Amino acid sequence: MADRTIGPRYEALARFLERRVAVAALAVIVLFVLAAVFAPLLAPYDPTATSWSAIRKAPSVAHWMGTDENGRDVLSRVIFGARASLLAGAVAVAIAAGIGLPAGLLAGFARGWIDAVLSRIVDAVLACPFLILAIALAAILGPNLTNAMIAIGISSAPRFMRVARAATLEAAALEYVEAARAIGNPPWRVAVFHVLPNIVPPVLVQATLAIAAAIIAEASLSFLGLGQQPPDPSWGSMLNAAQRFLTQAPWLAVFPGLAIFLCVLSFNLVGDGLRDALDPRA
Amino acid sequence: MNAQLAGRIAQVVPTLLLVSLLVFCLQHLMPGDPAIVLAGEERGDPVVLAQIRAELWLDRPLPLQYWHWIGQIAHGDFGISWHTREPIAKLIAQKLPVTLQVGGMAFVIAVLIGVPAGIVAAVCRGKVWDYAATAAALAGLSTPNFWLGIMLILLLSVHLGWLPPSGFVPPSEDWRQSLATTIMPAFVLGNAIAAILMRHTRSAMLTAMSQDFVRTARAKGLSEMGVIVGHALRNALLPVVTLGALELGTLLSGAVLTEQVFSIPGFGKMIVDAVFNRDYPVVQGVVLVTAFLTVMLNLAADILYVVINPRLRDG
Repeated sequence: MADRTIGPRYEALARFLERRVAVAALAVIVLFVLAAVFAPLLAPYDPTATSWSAIRKAPSVAHWMGTDENGRDVLSRVIFGARASLLAGAVAVAIAAGIGLPAGLLAGFARGWIDAVLSRIVDAVLACPFLILAIALAAILGPNLTNAMIAIGISSAPRFMRVARAATLEAAALEYVEAARAIGNPPWRVAVFHVLPNIVPPVLVQATLAIAAAIIAEASLSFLGLGQQPPDPSWGSMLNAAQRFLTQAPWLAVFPGLAIFLCVLSFNLVGDGLRDALDPRA
Repeated sequence: MNAQLAGRIAQVVPTLLLVSLLVFCLQHLMPGDPAIVLAGEERGDPVVLAQIRAELWLDRPLPLQYWHWIGQIAHGDFGISWHTREPIAKLIAQKLPVTLQVGGMAFVIAVLIGVPAGIVAAVCRGKVWDYAATAAALAGLSTPNFWLGIMLILLLSVHLGWLPPSGFVPPSEDWRQSLATTIMPAFVLGNAIAAILMRHTRSAMLTAMSQDFVRTARAKGLSEMGVIVGHALRNALLPVVTLGALELGTLLSGAVLTEQVFSIPGFGKMIVDAVFNRDYPVVQGVVLVTAFLTVMLNLAADILYVVINPRLRDG
C-alpha cells in the first residue's frame, strides 16, 4: 500500500484518509470548531438579547431556527452553545488525560504495589456510575460550567488510566525497551522517551471517544441545571428550557438536540476511524 | 475453579472499602456543617451543636468517624436526610424499586433489540443489514437519552396522544397504567444498552462463526439456521450476557436523566433533587449504594461466566 520509506505515522494517516465516513465526520468537527471560534461573526443575533416582540416564533427567514421563550434567536444560541460543548469536551478530556496518562504509565511501568494500589483506586472510582459521580462532584464544587468540566474530567480519568496502563504493559515488554534498559537508561527516561511514544495511539483513540462522552456529559449536567447557567447558552440547558414548551414551541427541543447528536456522532466516527487506522490488526 | 472464584471474591473487599473511603472523603468535601443544618432553629445554641456533634461522632478524629460510619452503614443506617429528616435507608427503599422496574424493562427491551440486531449484522456481514445495524448502534450511542426522551414525548404524547408524557403509577395500583407510564422511559433507557449489546453480539457471533465446530456443523449438513441458532449463537451469547450485566452503571447514569425527563420518582431523580436541596447525606447515600450495586453485579457476572463456561469450570 504505502511506500517502504514512509513511516508508520504516515501510513496510519493514509489509512485514516481512506475512510471516507471518518474524514467527513472530521470535516463536521472542523465546522463545529469554526462555528465556536467565530461565533460572534457567524451568529445573526446576540445570543442573550431578549425581544418581547418575538417570543416563541416558529422558524422563519428572520429566525432560521425560531426564537425561544424570551424571544432570543435559537440559531445564535446553538452557534454560541458549540463553545460550551466543545470547550467542555476539550478541557474535561485534558484533565482526564492529565491524571490518567501519568498514573497509567506509572502503574504499568513500575508494576508491583504501586500498580496494585493505583488499580484498586481505579476500580473503586469506576464502581461509581460515571454521571452519578460527575453529579456528586458538581454538587460539591457548585453548579457552573468550569466545575462541570472539572467533574467530568475527574470522572473520566480512570478509563484513561486503564488504557494507558494496558498499553504500557504491552510496550514495556518490547525488545527495544529492554535494550534501552540494558544500556543503562534510568527507569524514568525509559518510561518517558521509549514507552510513552508507543502508548500515544491507543490514548489518542480513547481521547477522541472521551470527547464524545464528555460532550454528552456536559449537555446532561447543563440539562439538569448543574452546568452552564442561564442566560449563557448551552445545548443541554436549552433542552431543559425547551421541555416546558413542548406543545407550544417544539422547535426549541429539536435544534439543540440535533447539534449534540451531530457533534457526538462525528467524534465517535473519528474515534472509530482512528482506531482502525492506528491498529491495522484490529 | 473454587480458588479462582475465591480470589475474585476476595478482590471485592478492598474495592468496597476503597469505595466507602472515597465516599467518606466526598462527605467531608461537601459544604455545610451537618450539626448546624440538623440543629435547625437552635443553631445558635452551642450546647445543642455540641450535643449533635457528639451524637454523630463529629467531635472525634477522622479515622474514628470513618470506623463509626462504616459500622452504621453495615447495619443499614445511612443517616438522615437534611431535607425531609427521614432516614435515608427508608428513602432509598422507596425509590430504588421504581428505578429497578424501569431499568429491568429497559434491559429486556435492550436484549430484544440488541441481540437479534447483532445476530443479523454478523450473519449478513458486509451487507446492507450489517451496515444498517452498525449505523443504528452508533446513532444510538451518540444520541443523548434525555433528548431522545423529549423527542418521543413530542411524537407519542403531544402529537399522537398515545402515551402519558410523564408521571409514574406503581404496578400494584394499576399495572396497565404502570406499563403505559414506564414503557417510553424504559425504551429511552434501553436504547444505549441495545446499541452496546448489538456491538458485543455482532463481534461474539463473528468469532463463534469462524470456529471449527461451526465448520463441522456445516459439514455435517446442518441447515444454516441450525448452525446459527444451535451452534454459533449458543456460544456467542455467554459473553454477551455477562457483558450486558456490566452495563448497570450505564443504566443508573441514564436513569438520572430519563427520570428527570419523565418525572419518575426514582433513584435518579432522588440524587438530582438532593443536589438542589443541598441534601448532601442523600447524595452520598446514592453514590454509595450505586457503587455497591455495581461492584456486586460485576462480581455476579464474573461468577456466572465461570459457572456457565465449561472451559473455565475445570480450570
